[in-house]
Amino acid sequence: MTFSGQDLSCIRGERVVFQNLSFSISSGDALILRGPNGSGKSTLLRLAAGLLKPAIGSLSWQGDEAASDDYHDKIHYVGHLDAVKAAFTVQENLAFWCAFEGSPTVEADCAAALDRLGLSHIADVPGRYLSAGQRRRLNIARIAATAKPLWLLDEPSVSLDDASVARLVDLIADHRRSGGMVMVATHIDLALEGADTLHLASAQAEQAA
Amino acid sequence: MNRFAHIVQRDVRLALRQGSASTMVVMFFVLTVTLFPLGVGPEANILQRMSSGVLWVAALLASMLSLDRLFQADFEDGSLDFLTLGSLPLEVTVLAKCTAHWLTTGLPLIIVAPLLGVLLHLEPAGYLTLMIAMALGTPALSLIGAIGAALTVGVRRGGVLLSLLVLPLYIPILIFGVGAIDAAIGGLTERPHLLVMAAMLLGSIALCPWAAAAALRLNLE
Repeated sequence: MTFSGQDLSCIRGERVVFQNLSFSISSGDALILRGPNGSGKSTLLRLAAGLLKPAIGSLSWQGDEAASDDYHDKIHYVGHLDAVKAAFTVQENLAFWCAFEGSPTVEADCAAALDRLGLSHIADVPGRYLSAGQRRRLNIARIAATAKPLWLLDEPSVSLDDASVARLVDLIADHRRSGGMVMVATHIDLALEGADTLHLASAQAEQAA
Repeated sequence: MNRFAHIVQRDVRLALRQGSASTMVVMFFVLTVTLFPLGVGPEANILQRMSSGVLWVAALLASMLSLDRLFQADFEDGSLDFLTLGSLPLEVTVLAKCTAHWLTTGLPLIIVAPLLGVLLHLEPAGYLTLMIAMALGTPALSLIGAIGAALTVGVRRGGVLLSLLVLPLYIPILIFGVGAIDAAIGGLTERPHLLVMAAMLLGSIALCPWAAAAALRLNLE
């Protein structure tokens, strides 16, 4: 399984965010995106998820040039927002996403994912009472609950404590062992073995140079 | 199909838990209609003459009132990103959300409308047609409104813009909805009006989810 992007350029609000960017990952790989604020890490992830269209360049899935619709159902995306409904309990929030992804065993998947992220004891707490870190863990539980080959994680460690970061790293390692692919934008050092790093320089710096 | 039902179920449950949406729409409908006898005066024949029009105009406004939250809540908390990325086509997701919107706002309006008809001295011959016309018209209101809601999803205070976009599109439903009731009261056949309304409903089921999904994709960029 491979996923790659060729010569991607992205323009947002008449400003070039990045240009001529290429990457490639295959089964078991992790790609870490690094770069200063505004260098286009989130933009690249949204672009890979198909939420944005590149101005120039193309994305390929299994070597074939792909429209985002072709591999939509193979992606888990974690963005800055955690999609936690205040009126639903932790369990209900997660159960909806499991059911939405077509899981046949919603109950079991939810229980396993909540356990994995250490949320079992607050399964009945409504979303409005969760802390920022707990919301983030619930969002990560969502991607742990249903299996999809490609994970696109946008600063997943934000507001997580050390123990939860360790759980996240564990989760990513397991995902890679079972043949999954991960692209992760981060500012802290996540201990991902054998991961490639893609440095996104700020476009302004490039223009100045 | 299963996933479609899950989205409908989720939205209906959210609406019921938060409580305000359905109650607000129904209260707005009741209050607006109640204002007319107070403003125009209690003369039965005047109220009778305008009852069908008042009921429909109030229903249009009430149905529009809750539209701005149709996609906005999901847009603000990030759910819309995940709904877009799921294996279900966004068009089907939009249709599911419109169904939930109709169940929580359109359906209560249909139930309350006959009671308000009594208040306005609507002639007995018109009640059945009123309910059939509303059953055909209110789902179309939700669907057409979804286009406006999707276009204004990223706009702060998009409610006013939304009404400017959507109200002109509601006019055909208003005309044929009122026409059907007046025909039934006047002893003519209401069938052609209802058939045109059914056609508009089918047309909006076929077209609106696509338009709304395209607008949502644009807004997510």
